[in-house]
Amino acid sequence: MPELSNAPVPSPETLVDIYRRMVRIERNDDAIRQTVRRGRLTMPYYSARGQEVIPSAISTLLTKDDQICTIYRGIHDMVAKDMPLRPLWAEIAGRVDGTCKGKGGPMHLTHPESGIMVTTGIVGSSMPIANGLAWAAQLDGSKRVVIANFGDGASNIGAFHESLNLASIWKLPVIFVCQNNGFAEHTRYENATSVDFIAKRAASYNMPGYTVDGNDPLDMYAHAHVAIERARAGEGPTLLECKTFRFLGHVLGDDDFYMTKEEKAAAMAKDPLPALRASLIADGHATEAQLDKIVADIEAEVADAQEFGLNSPLPDVAELRRDVFAEEIAA
Amino acid sequence: MTEMLKMNGIQAINAAMFEAMAADDKVLVLGEDIADREGGGVTGTMKGLSTKFGDHRVRTTPISEQAIIGAAIGAAMAGYKPVAEIMLMNFTTVAMDMIFNHAAKLRFMSGGQTSVPLTIRTLTGAGWQTAGQHSDHLEGWFAHAAGIKVVCPSNPADMKGLLMSCIADPDPCIFVENGMTLFVPGEVAADQGPIPLGKAKVVVEGTDLTIVTWSAQVMRSQMALAGLAEAGISAEIVDLRTISPWDKETVLASVVKTGRALVVHEAVRNFGPGAEIAATINEELFGQLKAPVKRLGGAYCAVPFAKVLEDAFVPQPDDIVAAAKAMMG
Ligand SMILES: Cc1ncc(C[n+]2csc(CCOP(=O)(O)OP(=O)(O)O)c2C)c(N)n1
Repeated sequence: MPELSNAPVPSPETLVDIYRRMVRIERNDDAIRQTVRRGRLTMPYYSARGQEVIPSAISTLLTKDDQICTIYRGIHDMVAKDMPLRPLWAEIAGRVDGTCKGKGGPMHLTHPESGIMVTTGIVGSSMPIANGLAWAAQLDGSKRVVIANFGDGASNIGAFHESLNLASIWKLPVIFVCQNNGFAEHTRYENATSVDFIAKRAASYNMPGYTVDGNDPLDMYAHAHVAIERARAGEGPTLLECKTFRFLGHVLGDDDFYMTKEEKAAAMAKDPLPALRASLIADGHATEAQLDKIVADIEAEVADAQEFGLNSPLPDVAELRRDVFAEEIAA
Repeated sequence: MTEMLKMNGIQAINAAMFEAMAADDKVLVLGEDIADREGGGVTGTMKGLSTKFGDHRVRTTPISEQAIIGAAIGAAMAGYKPVAEIMLMNFTTVAMDMIFNHAAKLRFMSGGQTSVPLTIRTLTGAGWQTAGQHSDHLEGWFAHAAGIKVVCPSNPADMKGLLMSCIADPDPCIFVENGMTLFVPGEVAADQGPIPLGKAKVVVEGTDLTIVTWSAQVMRSQMALAGLAEAGISAEIVDLRTISPWDKETVLASVVKTGRALVVHEAVRNFGPGAEIAATINEELFGQLKAPVKRLGGAYCAVPFAKVLEDAFVPQPDDIVAAAKAMMG
């Protein structure tokens, strides 16, 4: 695996921006879980708590025009990409003001305005479609890049292999971001994956592959920077394997029987969010008060979105006939 | 008077592609072996396109059906109009996730925010002894997925006009070419333009019985006409052309006139598209039918290899005559 020489370093402002995005993900995630637990939302919820650094660092390098494809565990990717929270909440509540009028729900959120093009519940399917969006960017002659997010389990699916091969021969401006949290549902990484590092698989497709500490903002930023610059320069795709840990199991309510208490405790002790906060203060990049203000603003934004979403009206049943095709047809 | 040209389905499809690509630079082509370097597609339907329109718009792909349809979906979402070739219809199974879970559903799941104006062209049809994994008619699978239009043309003029409509359509379409009809020449108007999707065509008028059919079975139904006439049966043949959404109006109007309906298709009869059509006719016209609606479809097995078995698998003209006679009772 190639190592980075002259790793790009985020500015202090960028580090604070990464922190802000991470807090927005964490506060939003917390509010969703509370609301589900209190019975005010009914939905399957796949928390990405613990994985905040990955999309937060990447998103500081993206423009509004850049696009992402993500998966059922992808609300963190969307929040990092500046998706407005009001329509997000209305959508997860199945309400009419949702991004998708309540027809997609938490596993199929879409918001092209923010560059969130596809959210899929089918493991591995973010990648083939991201390629097509990247092909369009190439044909448009634009500098737009596309991020394909997926899990470690997804790298064992045929679509992963087909997509890396195609992206490589077509030199597509796509970045394959594997968020390797060590588990696919209940199955441990090493019980289902033939290589010790997924990044090694990039070699088979003749593209750079990096194993990155997905909980370290500096490492994550540096590698995302290199991959995105490469894509923008027309040099083709990169595979980033970002090592992380999911703190809250596969799906909300999961009792984590498949992992040891020790490994979970050890991972949570390294929670990237308080760690970044501490280092921002220690390094003099921000004061306690500045960071508290960021948190308070985000809490207000989340509370407003929650209120809005839960109070949005239910969709009309006539929606069953709409958006099947561009034109409504009797069937 | 419009000039009529004699051409087969391959030439008609090729003409549609040339016109569509020249008219709109958002039209793209991708698939295995489709560039001229590789021969312009397995039946040569894409010949000349890469030379004329360039490698960027016409791309030979690896043998990666999921990647082909996925790339086509993404490009379609970003404003292009890709035409993806899946060499044979059985190979769509490899890309079923992309077609069924994604192409067909993204508009609905996104509440109309994204659309997938994608055309999938594919080839199938019994009669070439390619057996179980190379000749299935799977239009019923796709018709069952809300959100994708299913087109099964039977002749060169329709192939040209319907393909042009598929490419222009804002939604995903699967365009199923039948190997038995592809090589048969027909008359195509020099200025043949788009033919609307979802509209059937009465190809033969009659008074006693309506045959509802499509694709190669239109040809076999026409071959049955002599036998039907001999039995004193005046048959009306309705070529459905689009399987989903299907043209209920034209079918029901014809059955009101004749009082009898026989649905004939090459797809396996069990749970096949004929069941949907027969059930609808029963629901709508129960009191007006002179006989129960009847279905003829492929046998409940994989398409067999041995010629004698393959012929028995597909409803043949004699089967159509026999079924019609039984309905006249
Ligand atoms: C094609 C497919 N097979 C199985 C599933 C069921 N499933 C949902 S999530 C999951 C585990 C995926 O693990 P990974 O790719 O590592 O992502 P993570 O959930 O860890 O983020 C499975 C098997 C599915 N959604 N899609």
